[in-house]
Amino acid sequence: MIKSFKNNIKGILIEGLTLSSALLIIAIIVVMIAVIVIGGKDQISWEFLTSFPEDGMTKGGIFPAIYGTALLVIIMSVAAVPFGTITAIYLTEYANENAIIAKVIRFAVRTLAVIPSIIYGLFGLGFFIKFVGVQMDNTFMGGQLKWGQPNILWASLTMALLTLPVVIVSVEEALKTVPKDLRAASLALGATKWQTIWKVVLPGSISGIMTGTILAVSRGAGEVAPILFTGVAYYVATLPASFSDQFMVLGYHIYVMTTQSANVDQTLPIQFGTTLVLLALTFILNISAIVLRYRIRQKKSN
Amino acid sequence: MTVEKILTENMDLYYGAKQALKKISIKIPEKKVTAFIGPSGCGKSTFLRSLNRMNDLIDGVKIEGNILIDGINIYDHNIDVVTLRKKVGMVFQKSNPFAKSIYENIAYGPRINGLKDRKQLDEIVETALKNAAIWDEVKDRLGDSALGLSGGQQQRLCIARTLAVNPEIVLMDEPASALDPLSTSKIEELIVQLKENYTIVIVTHNMQQAARISDNTAFFYLGELIEYDKTKKLFTNPDKKQTEDYITGRFG
Repeated sequence: MIKSFKNNIKGILIEGLTLSSALLIIAIIVVMIAVIVIGGKDQISWEFLTSFPEDGMTKGGIFPAIYGTALLVIIMSVAAVPFGTITAIYLTEYANENAIIAKVIRFAVRTLAVIPSIIYGLFGLGFFIKFVGVQMDNTFMGGQLKWGQPNILWASLTMALLTLPVVIVSVEEALKTVPKDLRAASLALGATKWQTIWKVVLPGSISGIMTGTILAVSRGAGEVAPILFTGVAYYVATLPASFSDQFMVLGYHIYVMTTQSANVDQTLPIQFGTTLVLLALTFILNISAIVLRYRIRQKKSN
Repeated sequence: MTVEKILTENMDLYYGAKQALKKISIKIPEKKVTAFIGPSGCGKSTFLRSLNRMNDLIDGVKIEGNILIDGINIYDHNIDVVTLRKKVGMVFQKSNPFAKSIYENIAYGPRINGLKDRKQLDEIVETALKNAAIWDEVKDRLGDSALGLSGGQQQRLCIARTLAVNPEIVLMDEPASALDPLSTSKIEELIVQLKENYTIVIVTHNMQQAARISDNTAFFYLGELIEYDKTKKLFTNPDKKQTEDYITGRFG
């Protein structure tokens, strides 16, 4: 039973290989974050965060992109969270687990989640702008072009479709953590099914709904593809003031600055600064979602 | 002479293809404590849950025969389950207070009935807590979370919550099985007090408990009602051999 030298070496090599690929992942993340933080930290100032781009976007701040990103995710959430929550309520509270309709909905939700984001963009262009928008112009504007072109409303709704699966899955998970006993208690007191959902189930899953919202926001804040055709602008001189206005966002601003700028080297600090802001934003959002989710899991295990 | 509150005639219950209750016929008197005993899986809890139609929540349950409460068949197609459950309240095996304050737990039922008046709610909450013999323990912390109460207190809170909707019948599904002896004796005392105003039907695994608190006892075995009689008679001189075997601990 003497260990074979060959096998011993082989074992060590395999372990070493697996470990180094794991370490490589850490290295990539560390380098990526380090480069962005080092390159962008000097750029971050109150001025940078609160002022408009200047001199053909070679100087100045990124306020319109921050504002546009915030507005985009707010309108998106207002659309996606209620819609997703209602769908999740149907799936967990009303649909029979084995009914065809529930299976079809679940399949549709999973499919939505894997559709490439650029296809959402094309769908938004075709459906919201070329169909809904054009119809609205014909009906309300006497054919004058207002809604039949990219704007923040269509961009937000397109983004809402993209983030819908995230919301549905998180809310469903949260609804399931509310014990059946509590539903039974409420029903036994003569509450209707809807009263039970509204007064017992939803308050009990509010943190899950929050998690879903934050994850959706974090996804929406980072995505660019769905809004390329539906509303984001290279540069706008004023902040969006109406649903029919175009807007700037952080993700697209990075792309614009690195590829479309008149002087890419000159705008390098702005590129780094914008990237750092976007990274910090999604980081904070994801961490809060993780914390909330952790709390839900703890509650569940109690 | 006592008035019968609940009457079933040849009631059968199926879970899918499996028959869980066979030809149950029983008369449950008003303002008495009626206990259901029997080994696990004998159908006593299933039967209890049929009396306020909580079995409706389980897929594939089918009921045949009649269940009459105050002479009305509660499985008639025009019966409103919500109204039925207000009249026939239920206390569960595991205490299940809502993650709300003590006050809001009790006020839940009246509120869903549309009561908004704060003074009236205050009165209902106080009366319900007093009737459930827990008022003195919680009167100074009505705003605290109900989840902070001990297991026994939570169960009495759940009883109070049931009483707050002013039911006529209270069904109890092993209400003390998860409690320590002291809490159990408090619940038992409470049940005996409650029969002044309510018809109580209680499922219990604990035969001493049935003997202590009930007026009538029904023994269930394998989905059948084997014997139903005055508690004293059933425990001292049962008619059926199966009953005797069970209460003397020969099986179950």
